[in-house]
Amino acid sequence: MEDMLFYDRMQFAFTITFHYLFPQLTMGLSLMIVYFKWKFLRTKTETYNDAAKFWMKIFALNFAMGVVTGIPMEFQFGTNWAKFSELTGGIIGQTLAMEGMFSFFLESSFLGLFIFGEKLLGHKLHFVTGFLVFLGSWASGFLIIATHSWMQHPVGYEILENGKFVLTNFSALFTNEWLWPSYLHNQAASLVTASFVVAAIGSFYILNNKHSEFGKLFVKTGVIFGLIASILVAFPTGDMMAKNVVKHQPVTFAAMEGIFETEDGGSEIILIGQPDMKDKKLDNKIAVPNILSFLTYQKWDAEIKGLNEFDEDVHPTNVPGLYYAYHIMVGLGTIFIGLMLAAIVQLFRKKLYKTKWILWSLMFMLPFPYIANTTGWYTAELGRQPWLVYNLLRTSAGASPTVSAGNTLFTLLGFIGLYLLLGLLFLMIAGKIINKGPEITTH
Amino acid sequence: MELFWYIVLMTMLTIYIILDGYDFGAGIIHLFFAKTEKDKKAITNAIGPFWDANEVWLIAVGGVLFFAFPTLYAASFSGFYLPLIMILWLLIFRAIGLELRGQIHNKLWETIWDKAFGIASLLLALFFGIALGNVVRGVNLGMVTNGVSAHEPHYFFLPLWNSSFSPHSEHLGIIDWFTILLGIIGVVALTIHGANWIIYKTNSDLNTKLRSVIFKLNFVLLALVIVSLLVWHIIEPKPFHNFIKHPWLWVFPLITFAGLFGLFKVKTFKKDGIGFIFSSLFLFGGLSSTVASIFPKLLPSTNTTNPDLTIYNMAADSYGLAVGLNWFIIAFILVIVYFIIQYKVFKGKMDDVGYGEH
Repeated sequence: MEDMLFYDRMQFAFTITFHYLFPQLTMGLSLMIVYFKWKFLRTKTETYNDAAKFWMKIFALNFAMGVVTGIPMEFQFGTNWAKFSELTGGIIGQTLAMEGMFSFFLESSFLGLFIFGEKLLGHKLHFVTGFLVFLGSWASGFLIIATHSWMQHPVGYEILENGKFVLTNFSALFTNEWLWPSYLHNQAASLVTASFVVAAIGSFYILNNKHSEFGKLFVKTGVIFGLIASILVAFPTGDMMAKNVVKHQPVTFAAMEGIFETEDGGSEIILIGQPDMKDKKLDNKIAVPNILSFLTYQKWDAEIKGLNEFDEDVHPTNVPGLYYAYHIMVGLGTIFIGLMLAAIVQLFRKKLYKTKWILWSLMFMLPFPYIANTTGWYTAELGRQPWLVYNLLRTSAGASPTVSAGNTLFTLLGFIGLYLLLGLLFLMIAGKIINKGPEITTH
Repeated sequence: MELFWYIVLMTMLTIYIILDGYDFGAGIIHLFFAKTEKDKKAITNAIGPFWDANEVWLIAVGGVLFFAFPTLYAASFSGFYLPLIMILWLLIFRAIGLELRGQIHNKLWETIWDKAFGIASLLLALFFGIALGNVVRGVNLGMVTNGVSAHEPHYFFLPLWNSSFSPHSEHLGIIDWFTILLGIIGVVALTIHGANWIIYKTNSDLNTKLRSVIFKLNFVLLALVIVSLLVWHIIEPKPFHNFIKHPWLWVFPLITFAGLFGLFKVKTFKKDGIGFIFSSLFLFGGLSSTVASIFPKLLPSTNTTNPDLTIYNMAADSYGLAVGLNWFIIAFILVIVYFIIQYKVFKGKMDDVGYGEH
């Protein structure tokens, strides 16, 4: 039983981590493609249209990877988490079914038209199909975050005698306090990924002295979108989320921030430190006094409950994992803002394309938004453990009762093998598309 | 309310099988009959703009099943654990085969992905037939031995097969001679269906050959259907029970045979789309007849200790189902609109290069 739960959790964690590498780019990128296409319609400069078409190729490849790795996500609710599906399906089934009906059809129908239909449709309609693809991908994110938010902060439900959750208020699912901050935070974060990818490839072109015209356009667009998005991730959306966590999951908040003891006169913010689970304290810490209290409650001396005040039974399952995931996310987010700010300053001084260190940094920063997004997602998920539905349903009570550990291990290994292959192929093809660069339309 | 969602689900499932069915069929044709690069191009172009959206129907079916019949979703997905995960792997393999083949021009690379696409399509068609066989045959709910349930009455687990390969064994497997029979019907029917789609969408040199292939396969299909009807009694002692109670249900078997008959007569029609309509009718009729014969069961129980899973004991709470109705109707209308737009833009036959570069 223990083994099985472990493999089930590893399988879900592995498949969702891999899956989310793709939609986080496509959601942000779809907005940027719409922007390029819109600029083309306004300025009639072919470069913008060629840029839109180039990114569409990257988008299509990522979208295909997102779709094929997304189908297992839905299936796993039934295959590996049958008990959870049985008990909560009447509620989260709503948002998941809506995702299929409202967003996947929209995306897949119009992506085909967007890829194949430029000549058939003309530029204006082509723009519209691109916009609908964007709308579909953002709707998809919204409905997934709505599902996730219900698990973090259940609303509009009633629990029957047999343990089943039934829906009593449909609109509550969408007015959930947890939902909007998470959604906006997540979308801003996916725009960060897309901007960094666009800027990184632009820098690559400039530094490599090829496709320089596109290189400049990509770097410029990337850093403008990037600065706005990285600021939005921190404020107001990140701030709103932190306030939600402290309000509804105070024990999670304490673990995230690394606060073991409640301190009189306000809590310090931990910049660096290592959770020591044996002695229930933080080792080697560097901290700034009272800042956390201020950020959380706008009062320098507000009390923040430490982890040690809560019953160990409700502590997050993996406190160090949660603490590190959160601090990596916040740390990277701060670096993103700094780098984008420096790039924007150089852009206004008209020196950006010659400032080598920024271009190199932008290029090498490419994997880090992915890491920040992943650790952000881990923060949310590890923060909820040991619960599937916060405070109501334990993870250990959600696994499939009849599937044995051997089967789960077998499929876990299968997924690892298959996804390694997919990842390799993806990098190969993406590298090829990037190396070839945008195709220039000639008249 | 349960009945409404049941009809929705079955309709969506049928749409999925008809749409993604021709993709699988095209894959099987690709595996066995595409000899030249031009043939291969014709086949992949015929499904190029559509297969992605077709696959979305599967996700939508899964979503609606999860939402409307969560207990069934939980029980069947965990019970059919191994084949479902393998179906996932095959779907992934098939999709990347299609997506990646054209990205690098190298003989070995292309051959690998051609085979991946073809073999995965063949196995998927086989698996879907086998799945239907499992649903008709039923499973040992509650994993009962000697009248005692080892699990809650609606849970079960099936291994891929057991040594007897018999649908009457006490320890059933996913694969036995009955489910294999339905699997083969799936392969043959979808091959015909896919070939009809290719003929409909392209002016390929392959079309003449495909017409004669279809003609031969029609006889195989007819023979298989008759055999399966004969052995149906072994699985379901009263196969016509529902049809006797509700005579209007005979319309479904009639549609099946009309479709099959039409397939034999297809040569007399001048237009190429007709064959596809008949193979769609056959699939629609076949699936709905099967569904009608086991209604209101969703998954029959092979033991007497635990009751069958039916649409009534598996459905979600009525408030949820009622609210779902509102958004579902809006969504479904939108989906139909998208499909009309998509099929209008890509209407008619494709030329050698499809509708543009991919």
